[in-house]
Amino acid sequence: MSAPRRALLILAFLALALLPLLAGKFYVDLFAKIMIMAVFAMSLDLLVGVTGLVSLGHAAFFGLASYMVVLAAPDQYAPVSLWTSLPLAVAASALLALIIGALALRTRGVYFIMVTLAFSQMVYFVFHDTKIAGGSDGAYIYVKPQATIGSWSPFDLGNSTHFYYAMLALLVLTLGLLRLLLASRFGHALRGIRSNEQRMRALGFNTYAYKLAAFTLAGAIAGVAGYFAAVQFGVVNPEMASWHQSANVLLMVILGGVGNLFGAIVGAFALVLAQDFFSSLTKHWLLPMGAFIILVVMVLPRGLIDTLQTLRGWAGRRG
Amino acid sequence: MDLPIFLIQILNSVQYGLLLFLVASGLTLIFGIMGVINLAHGSFYMLGAYAAFTLSSLTGNLFTAIALGVILAVAFGYALEWVFFSFLYKRDHLQQVLLTYGLILVFEELRSLAVGDDVHGVPVPASLSASIPLGSTMTYPLYNLFISAACLVVAALLFVLLRCTKLGMMIRAGAANREMVQSLGIDINFLFRVVFALGVALAAFAGMIAAPASSVYPGMGNQVLIICFVVVVIGGIGSVIGALVAALLIGFIDTFGKVFLADYSGILVYLLMAIVLVWRPEGLFRENAA
Amino acid sequence: MAGNDHGQQRRRIVQALGAAGALGAMGAAAPAFAQSTKLKVGFMLPYTGTYAALGRAIENGFKLYVSEQGGKLGGRELEYFTVDDESEPAKAPDNVNKLIKRDNVDVIVGTVHSGVQMAIVKAARDNNTLLIIPNAGVDEATGPLCAPNVFRVSFSNSQPGLAMGIVAALRGYKTAVTITWKYAAGEQSIGGFKETFEKGGGKVLKELYVPFPNVEFQALLTEIASIKPTCTYAFFAGGGAVKFVKDYAAAGLKDKVALLGPGFLTDGTLDAQGAAADGLLTTLHYADNLTTPRNTAFRLAYAKAYSSKADVYAVQGYDAAQLLGIGLRAVGGDIGQRPLLIRAMAAAEIDSPRGKITLSPSHNVVQDFYLRKVENGENKSIGLAAKALADPGRGCTMG
Repeated sequence: MSAPRRALLILAFLALALLPLLAGKFYVDLFAKIMIMAVFAMSLDLLVGVTGLVSLGHAAFFGLASYMVVLAAPDQYAPVSLWTSLPLAVAASALLALIIGALALRTRGVYFIMVTLAFSQMVYFVFHDTKIAGGSDGAYIYVKPQATIGSWSPFDLGNSTHFYYAMLALLVLTLGLLRLLLASRFGHALRGIRSNEQRMRALGFNTYAYKLAAFTLAGAIAGVAGYFAAVQFGVVNPEMASWHQSANVLLMVILGGVGNLFGAIVGAFALVLAQDFFSSLTKHWLLPMGAFIILVVMVLPRGLIDTLQTLRGWAGRRG
Repeated sequence: MDLPIFLIQILNSVQYGLLLFLVASGLTLIFGIMGVINLAHGSFYMLGAYAAFTLSSLTGNLFTAIALGVILAVAFGYALEWVFFSFLYKRDHLQQVLLTYGLILVFEELRSLAVGDDVHGVPVPASLSASIPLGSTMTYPLYNLFISAACLVVAALLFVLLRCTKLGMMIRAGAANREMVQSLGIDINFLFRVVFALGVALAAFAGMIAAPASSVYPGMGNQVLIICFVVVVIGGIGSVIGALVAALLIGFIDTFGKVFLADYSGILVYLLMAIVLVWRPEGLFRENAA
Repeated sequence: MAGNDHGQQRRRIVQALGAAGALGAMGAAAPAFAQSTKLKVGFMLPYTGTYAALGRAIENGFKLYVSEQGGKLGGRELEYFTVDDESEPAKAPDNVNKLIKRDNVDVIVGTVHSGVQMAIVKAARDNNTLLIIPNAGVDEATGPLCAPNVFRVSFSNSQPGLAMGIVAALRGYKTAVTITWKYAAGEQSIGGFKETFEKGGGKVLKELYVPFPNVEFQALLTEIASIKPTCTYAFFAGGGAVKFVKDYAAAGLKDKVALLGPGFLTDGTLDAQGAAADGLLTTLHYADNLTTPRNTAFRLAYAKAYSSKADVYAVQGYDAAQLLGIGLRAVGGDIGQRPLLIRAMAAAEIDSPRGKITLSPSHNVVQDFYLRKVENGENKSIGLAAKALADPGRGCTMG
């Protein structure tokens, strides 16, 4: 990574780290939420940008893990341990991803997009229509999962600031782990599959297995994001597994720029902040929002991050 | 469930299925011929419904409103393709998804600014407001029968267009092999514009005739959109007959599902789609447009 | 050259950070000013969707009372913040957060949809914000989730159903089918009806549900015709109620299977429903033709101010303002005096257009329920369905 890029990264990290000291409660909550969405977006980028699998059903794994927070708690008031409920939720998402992936990966192209959509809609309707949880009203937990081990309590997820820093740590951790993964043989294989799957098969790679592994891993990470999204406000709702949510996160990935994970993070920030900004301007905020999306895609087809680099290129040339 | 009730539920299924078909046929043609994933297609349905509401309040007559509405829809579709969609052909599917998603938002807000966000009813025209007695307890609204009849007529006209006219032949050829059609010297821009306008008009017409029966409300486009994608995928992208079969199938599953398996009716439709896709990914009828 | 560029960049970034920091610090320091400023009232109501008319009526009713008091409550002027909750529970946590954490409101007035209400009650409890519920009847708000800072001036979902079940059993209906939207309000309304109807000797044959806010009733109306009960109990409100009543009549069921419901089926909707609603029986804690001077004056003032007929939602909004006013007067406008404020509000006797009302220990309204019949485009009371019906408040650990 180039020096100026590294500097920018460090500055961004510092800005995020300092935010709770400078901004009001509303923004601490908002940025914590954005960081959760950034993790969610990175998991999708692993599929879309790295492996070339466009999934329109990624919210299923996000939503399932959210619901596990409520379903795995013996009752709404009982404190559960973070260290048991988080792995449980993630395991559930990973398992679902394994099953759906095994079936969906038998198709490709636009049909793959549609099949992922179909499966995630099934998950959505299970939560929306059946009596598993509160139906369309959603369900609640009133006590956040506890991070206590023995008698040591490292942080309290019920405290906004603690939660914020926990999410920042999660973001950095996920980014780091995924970058390592991308640099590994597995990561290279995935990129190979994206650029030319036939050639990879000719070279002896079992591309189905690699794709399934990527799909499952992406589902697991989405589950982590979903878990904390539920914990943040103690609310789960079927909409967390809806196609709108899937479209939303796909938007973030494409807006930011596919393939290098930073795009996903930038996209998450850009989209949520744009939503917040426009909705504070006017009650008809969907109009500037829609126009914003159209404009960005028309003018910056490779996403925000690539364009920042192009701008820097221009600046460099003039300098 | 006794026979008269069963027959009435069949009527309900067919009515819903035919409406879906009208909207989905446009979507499948656009998808099949122009290769564009258009998420905004549901918005045309919604705009049609709101147009029916405003025009019928203005003119006092639903039929005039529909006639006017269809003309407006064709013009709107033609213009929209020229101004916006023609830029989408060279873009990849991902960008089309994004761009048309942005378009949904824009249409929703424009409608909100123009007409507001209230839920509206459109009055059924007096000539069709009777109810036909069916069975001992129930009467069936005549207007619902009219909807089915109108959809059948339009469907028939569509098939005639596709099978018996030169334009129809070009459309079918374009659905089967776009590049070949282009290289044969057919004015592909004009063809695309016509197909798009046709698709918009079909969706808008469906919204217009459905409005008195199903209310006019802001989210109606989104609901219909997702089901239409299911119809298109199950039927086969580009196949109009596939869309008809799939739409009727979904009409049945949805209607009878609601009655017998209320908690699971939502899941059933997508289950069907998943099964079809995994077993026969190109859909029930491959790319043979009508 | 390159070095200069980096220096420039770094300086610009530091400047930006500094500016952001300064702004943030200002924002954090702001809410130190107290009583001399206006009281912040946050409306979280549906301004779009099937319940939009209800949200507007509530806000109108609230503001009517405030203007009758000369624009002040307890001597303080009000500043309004509004958030459109779109009747969507999924967006509710974010929406209520805007009011509580961004706008820092002193009191929240909201909402209509019971699912959204759950999220609001949760946020109000978590942040100890004063909450006055002007409609949503979700039982939990004055049940397991009751709290000193949560008040309701409307009803609880089961109340109108409980009243109608009594009426239906008394009128000799033996079998019923229920139909409603599948969410908390629908389920609890049905639950109330079923409880008293079956206690009175009736039987609910089938419970039909439609996803919220769906209005495709045709298949289920056919099912009702197939089951042939002696009556149908339906809960819908707003746009959905308009459609249902019209569809019910168009399906020819109106004269064969009596349609009963809580008053929401016909409140604020009669103009749109037209003849399809004539003669319908509903139970509610309000009726348009109550001849008390209070109600007459209220309806007149409302019609003058908003050129439309007052309905139960307007009354509830009006009473929400009354309750807040009573509390504020008791603490001389100083909303920081929480214990005194709560005591005053809990003990309040509100002179409502529906009659004098008080609050139960769980902060829900104790009130009479009228049996109403639709005549000449009005919900006319034809007697009492239940007197001083208190919400059981099951699970509430207050008082």
